[in-house]
Amino acid sequence: MASEVEETMKRIQSHKGVLGTIVVNSEGIPIKTTMDNTTTVQYAGLISQLSDKARSVVRDLDPTNDLTFLRIRSRKHEIMVAPDKEFILIVIQNPTE
Amino acid sequence: MEIQYAYTKKRSEFGRQCLFVDEGPKLLENVTPNKEELNKYIFKNPVSRSTQCSSVLAEHELNTIRAQYDQHGMNHTEGGWPREVNPADEEQTLRFKKKIEKDEMYIHTVLQLTHAMEHCILQNNAINIYEEYFEGVESATIMERCSARTLNVYRDPNKVNQPVTHLSWSPDGGTRLAVSHCNLEFQRSPRHLSTFSYIWEVDTALPAENPNKPQLTLKPAVPIVCLEYNPKDPNCLVSGMFSGQVAFWDVRKSSTPAGMSALEPSHRDPVYSVLWINSKSGTEFFSSSTDGQIKWWDTRKLNEPNETLILDVVKGEEQVLSRALGASCLEYEGTIPTRFMVGTENGCVISCNRKGKTAAEKIVSKYTAHVGPVYALQRNPSFLKNFLTIGDWMARIWSEDCKESSIMWTCNHQAQLTDGAWSPTRSSVFFTTRMDGTLDAWDILQEQREAVISVKVCDYQLRSLRVHDQGQLVAVGNNLGTSYLVEFNESLATTQRNDKALLTAMLERESRRERILEARNREIRLRQRTKMAESLHRDISGKETINTPSIILDSAVKNAEKDFFTIIELELAAIQAAAEAHEVEEEYEIKAEALISDKTKKKETIFMVDELKGENSEDEFEGEDMDKDTEGTNES
Repeated sequence: MASEVEETMKRIQSHKGVLGTIVVNSEGIPIKTTMDNTTTVQYAGLISQLSDKARSVVRDLDPTNDLTFLRIRSRKHEIMVAPDKEFILIVIQNPTE
Repeated sequence: MEIQYAYTKKRSEFGRQCLFVDEGPKLLENVTPNKEELNKYIFKNPVSRSTQCSSVLAEHELNTIRAQYDQHGMNHTEGGWPREVNPADEEQTLRFKKKIEKDEMYIHTVLQLTHAMEHCILQNNAINIYEEYFEGVESATIMERCSARTLNVYRDPNKVNQPVTHLSWSPDGGTRLAVSHCNLEFQRSPRHLSTFSYIWEVDTALPAENPNKPQLTLKPAVPIVCLEYNPKDPNCLVSGMFSGQVAFWDVRKSSTPAGMSALEPSHRDPVYSVLWINSKSGTEFFSSSTDGQIKWWDTRKLNEPNETLILDVVKGEEQVLSRALGASCLEYEGTIPTRFMVGTENGCVISCNRKGKTAAEKIVSKYTAHVGPVYALQRNPSFLKNFLTIGDWMARIWSEDCKESSIMWTCNHQAQLTDGAWSPTRSSVFFTTRMDGTLDAWDILQEQREAVISVKVCDYQLRSLRVHDQGQLVAVGNNLGTSYLVEFNESLATTQRNDKALLTAMLERESRRERILEARNREIRLRQRTKMAESLHRDISGKETINTPSIILDSAVKNAEKDFFTIIELELAAIQAAAEAHEVEEEYEIKAEALISDKTKKKETIFMVDELKGENSEDEFEGEDMDKDTEGTNES
């Protein structure tokens, strides 16, 4: 099972344009990452906060609703965040321009 | 709002505290005056003492509350690690991470999350969902088919319908339409017929509402022939009456005129045109009538006109009313305040300068425009040097510099043209109305030979037309007193980007062509004059008479006539063949009209030939043009 996870992560990383993948736990600790430490820590800290805020926004507007996916597109790349109760999966991709 | 000022002073600054005691006053010292001391002093006379009378100033200092600035820094450190794990120790962190990775929850969650993530990644790779399509490309001009539809019909509430003579939109975005009704045929309308004219409410946002009652009925004593809203005030109107008087209205006050000019100094014929002038007070206007006079009035003083001009074009010492030309329409452009133009009943357009000292100076130039009266005259709102004239069977566009002929003209129509106007928004578009009830919209950039769109509004003569300020709506009035509101499609009302440039080029080109022709004509005339002078000399001196000019004239005329008649016969034969399917009356009508228009053409041809003596090639050119035009007329 653990190897499946490994394989999946490798597969994601091999997609076109993907710059990095990070798995962060609910406390903001990066569990698995393909980027260097400093960047990972930065992303982990900042993105978890943002994801929490986004979720609270969605739930405040409609309590029956919940955040499923968060996409932040910037000029240089796109940060995609798939949140969950315990973990957060972050992928940074350079979309086709 | 109460203005308060709180003045605070610290107790410590007050000074020594007052200590009150209970005893009475105690004399400490008594110094009596010593009169001998006075001898030691002398009176000083004069005494110079300076005083200053100035405002008493005091100096205060004030300082606003300063903002407190603090320098803070933030140090990010890794956190979130549980207490037992030391973040610096790599082995511990690794161990911690490995532990979590083994957690089932972790595996399950990650597998789930990756599913959604993959979808988005692939999506991103497939297409750029935020792509800006066609960025940097300007919207191309879409050549849409021109369309028009009648939005609304306003019928004359009177039982007896009187023709609509004039329309005017109110200046506040055109929410109201003033319509004047008057039967202009001489002594046709019986005395007791109503003299009313109406103001209709048009909501340009929803113009399709169907009102049956006018917003306001104007009740003058005499029928109104023309009326105009004050371009600066949507409540004031000025009108010219059938009796030659002019009246001033204020719609807020009442349905009767707020002022009417006296009968004696007014015009002697119905006032056909009245226009407001750009004046400081905004109360001046001028009127013209077929009696040949143009009068300037001030609404505050309607008992007599400010100024009168008699349209006597014969350059003599005095202006004589009997020689004056009747004026059928006026033109005034607010941005050129001292000049104005008059269209006359005999087809001339006269450009005048109001500031001329003598009457001769006032009349600046004359253009021979049409065969019949000039019904409408308007300058192009963007190209002030060019103006449009409507009369007899065609519309002509002129340039002020070319005095001999118009620079562009439409072909002769089947029915006479009654009114026309430029579109205020699009400089190459103008509208015309015809006697057979058709409203045409012309765009000289798209099509010069025929109208871009012709709408048959009704079966009766259309008398007058007015374009709304926004350019999309046109109000037309017909002989039965009904006014129609027609809406054209947007492309006719909005200017495209190179419209101005293209139109300038076109007008330049046409005026240049005319100027060249003018110069050529002048040359030929000069040559002919010298030849005549020579021939006269020779006649006097010898027997040899120069017949060449007349020979040339004859042969040229003969050629032209021959060509002309062959073409006519061909056309007539064609018409006869085609008209077998129609009723006999229509056939005769068409023929008669064609013959009439052909006759006028023939006169023109001869006139042209007279001028272009000796140049066969030019005759042919003219002949061809005429042919083309006659073909056009017969086909349409």
